[in-house]
Amino acid sequence: MSDVLLLSRFQFAITVFYHFLFVPLTIGLIVLIAWMETQHVRTKNPLYRQMADFWGKLFAINFVLGVVTGITMEFQFGTNWSEYSKYMGDIFGSPLAIEALVAFFLESTFMGIWLFGKDKISPKLRAFSIWMVALGTNISALWIITANGFMQNPVGYIERNGRIELQNFWEVVTNPYAWHMFVHTVVSCYIVGAFFVMAVSAWHLLRKQHIEFFKKSFKYGLILGLIAATATPFIGHKSASFAAKMQPAKGAALEAVWETKESLPFHIIQIPDPENERNIVEFLTIPKLGSYFYTHSFDGKVVGFDQIPKDERPNVNIVFYSFRLMVALGLYFVALFWYGFYLYRKNKLVESRRFLKLVMYSVLLPYVAINAGWVVAEVGRQPWTVYGLMRTAEAVSPISLSQIVFSLVSLVLFYTILLIADVYLMLKYAKKGPYTSTATKGGEIQHVS
Amino acid sequence: MSHETVAIIWFGLWGLIWTIYFVLDGYTLGTGMLFPFLARNRQERNQLQEAVGPFWGGNEVWLITAGGATFAAFPAVYADLFSFLYTPMMLILFALFFRAAGLEFMHKDDAPLWQKSWKWAFTISSFTLALLFGVAFANLFYGLKIGPSGYEGTLFSLLHPYGLLGGLLFISLFAVSGALWVMLKTVGDVAERAYKVARPASVVATVVLSLFFVATSNRTPLFNNFTKAPILWIVPAFAFVCALLMLLFVWQKRIGLAFTNICLTIFTLMATGFIGMFPNMLPSRIDDEYSTTLFEAAGSELNLKIMLGVAIVMVPIVVGYQLWSYKLFKEKITKETAKGYQ
Repeated sequence: MSDVLLLSRFQFAITVFYHFLFVPLTIGLIVLIAWMETQHVRTKNPLYRQMADFWGKLFAINFVLGVVTGITMEFQFGTNWSEYSKYMGDIFGSPLAIEALVAFFLESTFMGIWLFGKDKISPKLRAFSIWMVALGTNISALWIITANGFMQNPVGYIERNGRIELQNFWEVVTNPYAWHMFVHTVVSCYIVGAFFVMAVSAWHLLRKQHIEFFKKSFKYGLILGLIAATATPFIGHKSASFAAKMQPAKGAALEAVWETKESLPFHIIQIPDPENERNIVEFLTIPKLGSYFYTHSFDGKVVGFDQIPKDERPNVNIVFYSFRLMVALGLYFVALFWYGFYLYRKNKLVESRRFLKLVMYSVLLPYVAINAGWVVAEVGRQPWTVYGLMRTAEAVSPISLSQIVFSLVSLVLFYTILLIADVYLMLKYAKKGPYTSTATKGGEIQHVS
Repeated sequence: MSHETVAIIWFGLWGLIWTIYFVLDGYTLGTGMLFPFLARNRQERNQLQEAVGPFWGGNEVWLITAGGATFAAFPAVYADLFSFLYTPMMLILFALFFRAAGLEFMHKDDAPLWQKSWKWAFTISSFTLALLFGVAFANLFYGLKIGPSGYEGTLFSLLHPYGLLGGLLFISLFAVSGALWVMLKTVGDVAERAYKVARPASVVATVVLSLFFVATSNRTPLFNNFTKAPILWIVPAFAFVCALLMLLFVWQKRIGLAFTNICLTIFTLMATGFIGMFPNMLPSRIDDEYSTTLFEAAGSELNLKIMLGVAIVMVPIVVGYQLWSYKLFKEKITKETAKGYQ
């Protein structure tokens, strides 16, 4: 692999990871804030407004970095992947343009209105503005995933004039691969947002401060998270089995299947050995379950790597372990949210210090899970950049090594500065708690059920 | 509608989106460049932050849309423009990071070093963006060193006198725009200081614009299209007249009219450039056969038509709610009430 290609891939991976540190929280948290604003309109209880203001401030800090790291992504397709852009632009460019027109304008403009108009506009307009931001962030996920969906499963195109041209727009926007990914991603983002709210709330509840405020906030996170986390294994399973059907190489990597088999067993503990095309360890085996995961039939046939040429395989270890990690974390979240729900119903939340600590220390895990999911989606597609049509190696720009070294070093440096500032501010304002005096002590706010 | 027609319409839209971006971000970048010189204390900085705070994000999306529209409608231009100008594009990107973070993070902590760093990050980034965009677009008007095997220049081959003049032009126009915007949006000392900047800046901008037009005529093929269809001279003439009117209104202290005219100047300046480039989108300085025309770069007919439909529906909606937000925040910001980014 040439150095420019390697470093360009490295740069893309780093910048997309950075971007994806901010985006899931944006998508998840905004739904909760919009809900708080709606409750404020409905009940006129100032507590909800304080909640929206407090979480809105954290949202705003996170939002800026989501925006700036997003611009990098738009630039990079041109700067570093110009061959890709020429070949794919006719289909890939339009979702990005639509994303800007439909989603980015909406979220940015109404974010400005909400941030600066808060004290000028009516509660109804506040709620409306923040819902527009929520709508914008969620729609933006749809369009970028529509673009990515084409890379995973090209549809509605024709190869003409040495490039991919649009033939059926409807097929592109209804691409089932994209919709599977969209639902899975957005629901995962809700888990990130819910977890974030619960973890910050737990920090305050552990210190017995702003009890009413953070109990209420915790409940909001809990409800959203409970629904999202419970749905995720089903959604995720559908998404993965569909992916495996469309991209057999990615499918084989998910469970490291070396031989094509009917009645494939499932190993709870498994260590693949890609060098020798086998698994070193297969432990705690459940017969036929593997086939069921792939085909919804215990006797179904699962395609293994023996049917896939070596130069069309992704890095098995990366895909396999990322997938396992994501699934394990997803199941952990289900357990955690249900246990939290149980404690909440029993009204034992505030006393359950161990649980609150667990929530607090687990705050980064949803980020790990959601990024692991993207590793499965993207690394699993390799060596293709557009599945079956264009290899990643053919997509890179004809730029010089010094250019890519310059941009990579600068990006890492600047992103690190921005990330440090972001984490510092998030921690600072999360710890500070709500700033209005009426909510400083638990119990002062009336009827908050 | 033939493929060619819809491609030409998209060329017009492409130019229009870039133009709207420069008109809108012009005042934000201008406010950014002048920021530490207009505001002397936190309250005044709050005033300036609030003058651009509700709008800058929405304004910047015009840039993202311009990028997206280039990608969607003219993939080959998007690919070549961004990879040929790799280093300047990266510098623009970095400046965009720190413009945004500088503005929004500045007052989120009380440590003097924190505030000072982000304040200067905001200012220097705004300045850099104006300079780089000016240099980049002047180079598009001038022609790039594109040969048979792609771009043959470096970052420094963009910094010829005409390119630098373009940078200076953007800086001076945006500085005027920013100063006038501050006067429109605020009252008190900052507005007065802005006026002290606006007067000399308006003179500089008008002089630089005149020089730029002379240099364009002498050094670039940009005015060839105008010679072919003389009616088009109306556009650069309009730019020049608007600049003179802007100058007049600044000195008469009729700020609303002056701001309108600086916006019209930027608008017609960009229009002049795009008309002059037509049908080239990536003109080669070396030989016109290496230039990329809009027809060569255009996306497929179906794609262009669908995107045109999307634009016809969405752009008016976007303009509508953006205008509404300007109306919502039409009150002047005073020192006492300004909150800025807290």
